[in-house]
Amino acid sequence: MDDFFLRALVGGVALALVAGPLGAFVVWRRMAYFGDTLAHAALMGVALGLLLEIHLTLAIIAVSGLLAVVLALMTRQRRLAVDTLLGILSHGTLSIGLVALAFMDWVRVDLMAYLFGDILAISNADLLLIFGGGFLVLGVLAVLWRPLLAMTVNEELAQVEGVPVAAGRLALMLLMAVVVAVALKIVGILLITSLLIIPAAAARRFAVTPEAMAILASLAGAAAVTGGLHASLAWDTPSGPSIVVVALLLFLLAEVAGAALRRR
Amino acid sequence: MAAEALLSLADVHVSFGRQHVLRGVSLDIPEGGIFTIVGPNGGGKSTLLRVALGLQSPSHGKVTRRGKLTIGYVPQRVTIERTLPLTVRRFLTLALNWRESASHLQYTLSRVRAEYLLDAQVHDLSGGEMQRVLLARALLRRPQLLVLDEPVAGVDVTGQAEIYDLIGKVRDETGCGVLMVSHDLHLVMAATDQVVCLNGHVCCAGTPQAVSRHPEYLSLFGTRVGASLAVYEHHHDHRHVGSEIKPLGDGGCTHGPGCSHG
Repeated sequence: MDDFFLRALVGGVALALVAGPLGAFVVWRRMAYFGDTLAHAALMGVALGLLLEIHLTLAIIAVSGLLAVVLALMTRQRRLAVDTLLGILSHGTLSIGLVALAFMDWVRVDLMAYLFGDILAISNADLLLIFGGGFLVLGVLAVLWRPLLAMTVNEELAQVEGVPVAAGRLALMLLMAVVVAVALKIVGILLITSLLIIPAAAARRFAVTPEAMAILASLAGAAAVTGGLHASLAWDTPSGPSIVVVALLLFLLAEVAGAALRRR
Repeated sequence: MAAEALLSLADVHVSFGRQHVLRGVSLDIPEGGIFTIVGPNGGGKSTLLRVALGLQSPSHGKVTRRGKLTIGYVPQRVTIERTLPLTVRRFLTLALNWRESASHLQYTLSRVRAEYLLDAQVHDLSGGEMQRVLLARALLRRPQLLVLDEPVAGVDVTGQAEIYDLIGKVRDETGCGVLMVSHDLHLVMAATDQVVCLNGHVCCAGTPQAVSRHPEYLSLFGTRVGASLAVYEHHHDHRHVGSEIKPLGDGGCTHGPGCSHG
C-alpha cells in the first residue's frame, strides 16, 4: 500500500478491533491504571530497544511483559496497595525511559511521536506487525474466552470450578503488553488506555451479554479511528488525540442515547 | 469413616500472621450427609470452607479429597461488576461445557424454581433469586459435594426455609454430600445430619439433637419460621481447668478431641 492515509486507516481499525474485547476486560476487571502503567513502561522499552539496537516493538513487549510478571509477583505481598505499586512502577519506568533517552545523545528521538502517536507514519512493516500481534491477541482471547470470563465474573467460583486463575491473570496482562506495544505507533504512550477503555465504556449501555459488549466495543473503536483520522486530515489536527476526541464524543452520545432509551 | 469420606481434614491449622484462625481441626465429610458448621463470628467458619474448597492452603495439616471430586460451591455473596452485562443464562453457561445440553440448564433452573429468570440481568436479581441462581450454577456441574457458605444470608424468612428444603431435596435425589456454614443454628437443625461447632477449634460435634439440648433451643425448634428470627448464642461455651471441662453455659454436647483452649 502506498497511500499513507489508507495505511493509517487499516492499521488503526485493525487495532481498534483487537482493543474492543481486551478493553472490555480492562473495564470489567478495573485494570485501567494497569494499562497506563504498561504504556508508560513502554518508553523504557523504547530506550532499551534503541540502546541494544533491537526491534522497538520486541523491546517494548519484553519490558511490558517483565513488568506484568513483576507486578503479578508483587501483588502477593500486602504491605503496599496495588494502586500504590502501579503508581511507583508507572512513573518510575516512564522517567527512567525519559532520562535514558536524554543520555543517548547519539540517537535523535521524536519524543512527541512516542507520547502521542504518529499514525500517519505507519509503514507496511508496521502494518504487518499490527496484524500479527492482533491475530495473536484475538486468537488467544478466543481460546481462553470462557475461563477468562468466568474468573472475571467471580474469581473464587471459577477457581473451584477448575479455572487456573493465576495463569489467567498473567495471560491477560501479557495480552495487554502486546496490544500496548503495537498500539504505540498509533495513539502513543499517553493515550493507549483510552483506546481500550472509552469504546468499551460506550458499548456498556447497549449490551446485554459480555460478548455483545466486546463486539460493540470493537465497532465503536473502529468508528472512532475512522472519524478521528478523517477529522485529522480535514482540520490538520494531531491524529492520535483526534481519534480519542471522537471516541469521547461517541461515549457521550452513547450515554445520552442510553439514558433516553431507558426512560422510554 | 475416613475411607469413604468425600473430603477429610486432618489436624488443619490456619494462621494469618500471628492470628490463629483454625487450630487443629479434623473433619470427615461423608457421602450423602448434610454437614453443618455453626459457631460465633470470627470462629473460622468461612476459613474452614475455603480450606475445604482448596482456596486457602492450611499452614499445617492435611486436606484429602476423593479422587476427581466434583464440588459445587455456593458463595455467601457474589457481587458482579456493574460494568459487566450478564444474563442469568450466560452466568450459568459459564459453568457448563459447551457440549452440555440446554435441557440440562432448563431442568436445573426449574429445580430451584428460577426458570423465569433465564433472560434477566444478574444485577437485577433480589438476594433470594441470586441465591437460587447460585445454587443452580453449583448443581449444573452435578457435584458429588455441595459446599454452601451461609446460603440464606440476605434472604427473607420464607425464602430461607425454602432454600434449606431445596438443599435437603437435592441431597435426597442425587446423594451428594453437603457441607455448609450457617449463622443461625435453629433453622438449619431440621435439615442437617451432623453439626460441628467451630470456635477456632472444634469445640463440639455430633447430631443436632446432641448439640442442641439447650431448653431454650428446644422450645424454639418446633416453629421453624419463628426460630429463624432467634439470634444464635454460643450456648455451650466452656473452659478447661486442668483436665476438667467446665461448661460456662448449660452445655450438653460432646467435645472435640482437639479441644484444648484455656
